[in-house]
Amino acid sequence: MIAETALPKAQKYDDNLLRNLGLVGVLVILVIIGIVTRPELYSDPAWVRNNVLIILQQASGIGVVTVGMTFVIIGGGIDLSVGAIIALAGVWATTLATQSYGAAGMIFTALVVGVAVGLVNGVLIAYGKLVPFIATLAMLVSARGLAAQISGKQTQVSANETINSIATTKLLGIPLLVWILALVVAAGWVLLNRTTFGRRTVAVGGNPEAARLAGINVKRHSLLLYVLSGLCCGIGAIMLTSQATSAQAAMANLYELDAIAAAIIGGTLLSGGRGTIIGALFGVLVFSTITNLFAINNLATEVQNMVKGGIIVAAVLLQQFRYRSLTNLLRRRNVSDKP
Amino acid sequence: MSPISRRRILLGSAAAGAGLALTACTSNDTGNDAQVKTGGSGDANAAAGQKVIIGFSAPAADHGWIAAITNNAKAQAAVYSDVELRPVEAGADAAAQRAALSTLIAQKPQVIVMLPHDGKELNATGLEAMKAGIPVVNLDRAFPSAAAYRLQIKGDNYGMGLAAGQYIGEQLKAKGVGSPIIGEIPGIDSLELTQERTKGFNDALAAFGFKVANRRPAEFTADSGQAAATALLQALPKMDALWNHDDDQGIGVLAAIKQANRSEFFMVGGAGSKAAIDAITKDDTVLKATVTYSPSMASSAISLARLIGQGKGMSDLVELQVPKEITLASETITKDNASKYAKLGF
Repeated sequence: MIAETALPKAQKYDDNLLRNLGLVGVLVILVIIGIVTRPELYSDPAWVRNNVLIILQQASGIGVVTVGMTFVIIGGGIDLSVGAIIALAGVWATTLATQSYGAAGMIFTALVVGVAVGLVNGVLIAYGKLVPFIATLAMLVSARGLAAQISGKQTQVSANETINSIATTKLLGIPLLVWILALVVAAGWVLLNRTTFGRRTVAVGGNPEAARLAGINVKRHSLLLYVLSGLCCGIGAIMLTSQATSAQAAMANLYELDAIAAAIIGGTLLSGGRGTIIGALFGVLVFSTITNLFAINNLATEVQNMVKGGIIVAAVLLQQFRYRSLTNLLRRRNVSDKP
Repeated sequence: MSPISRRRILLGSAAAGAGLALTACTSNDTGNDAQVKTGGSGDANAAAGQKVIIGFSAPAADHGWIAAITNNAKAQAAVYSDVELRPVEAGADAAAQRAALSTLIAQKPQVIVMLPHDGKELNATGLEAMKAGIPVVNLDRAFPSAAAYRLQIKGDNYGMGLAAGQYIGEQLKAKGVGSPIIGEIPGIDSLELTQERTKGFNDALAAFGFKVANRRPAEFTADSGQAAATALLQALPKMDALWNHDDDQGIGVLAAIKQANRSEFFMVGGAGSKAAIDAITKDDTVLKATVTYSPSMASSAISLARLIGQGKGMSDLVELQVPKEITLASETITKDNASKYAKLGF
């Protein structure tokens, strides 16, 4: 944070741009591997076009959640309960009682449940002074428990055609799910980069004490970040429910880890104060593309998980290296600036 | 971590997956007898005899399959005028179940039927009951020690795979497909039951000279089934047959197939949920068959516990006593016999 603000603005953007270009590079490499290993699939333009849409579509739910997660992490927190919130929101939205209110009722329920759980997280962390890790870990356990209770441990099938058709609808040839992801990412980008809310998020995450002294209501802001994450989970729950045409207490398993990993390889500092929405989106796309690459080559998912782990480590190492070299650069400048 | 341990319980319980609404499915004893061949229709055994008190313990229902186990046991016990079922709540884990069973053993029922949280962890309790002179019927999760149970009745994971492979092989052969493209969507891949199912599947296909072209594991949940099926369909632009191990994740698999607008292949399910049997009956999806791992085993366990308590054998067999181990055959439900199985769906 300190180093960040000391940097000239243009250079900060260069830094983000470079990292994002790096992730685009990784994506390109993955696609090239795909072309080399399965040329017969890639020689069919219709298949390729469809494949791009599938990768985007399968990234959509987790992508929306990652946007919320990125805000929380930039703000110096962590939200381990995102998968559980999706499960609770999905289950609550698909009870027979909720389904009787139609699609609007189901969507409303999922969003309200997401926001409400986020609110509880936020209150516990900001005002109850619980460590985010502990508070959201407790929420992970209890929200899944409540979801299991509500669903009676059953898979609740969505009989609502409008909800189910979210996953099959296309606008201008692009799946509705991908449009939703695009909208959420765009909104997240604007919120982070073009509003005081975003500036405050960076400030609170970088140095909460300094932010407080600067007149920011740090507690209220932290609370809002968890509410935002909850809202994203509510949206994600609808998307996932529509894709699976059902919801259950065990759905969205380990989404918290995928979302955190995507945010981290997208250049978000786990200690807070820095991160980008576009980077997080690329992080999600890298994972989705790896899944696709392994599927088309019929490779075991164990190896896939190892590769994912490797990419996370590589991304963080790279980040540290860049961060160090930047601070070195700064130090040198400071020296040379001296008269 | 809660989701993982809960998942384990879910899977340990044979991963049959949750069905939709639980109907009190298998109270009909002819249906159960037909499935496990207890020969319960034999006159001598069907007639009311000496009163038997059966203690029963199964984990609290964490999904449809376990719920069906408990419901089946209760319904089957209600059929017999000479059986009194004493269910005890098994609690949340193995320790709680041990405590509950100790209390039950002290009450000296004639027989105990239990589905342990974990066969290894409840082994000592099984031994304790047997030492106290109470025969133990183990449901589905085996005890390591053969002295810990009088009867073990369980499902057949390898057989499920075998049945699915057999059906797919026969169908493709009948269609005259030379080198078919076969997809497989297992449940959680690290589980022994998944590996057994896959081994059975591969063995059956090998007999036809076929093999699996692509295999994408899911996690026994509908959303993971959707993701796995989407990836599989993308990897195989043309497919001839698909085996999905579990009807519950199958809800997501079928959704993905619909979303991808694919119908050139047929699909076989696993477990035998009510939703799957309904879909097979209606014949309006690619799902043409499912191979069973039926919770009806609980009904049979009660029938057999009654015979053990009365010192009777299975009337169709020569032996004077109930055998020690029974493994259910995995059966293939198709449109032709779906009506017969409809009441067994869970």
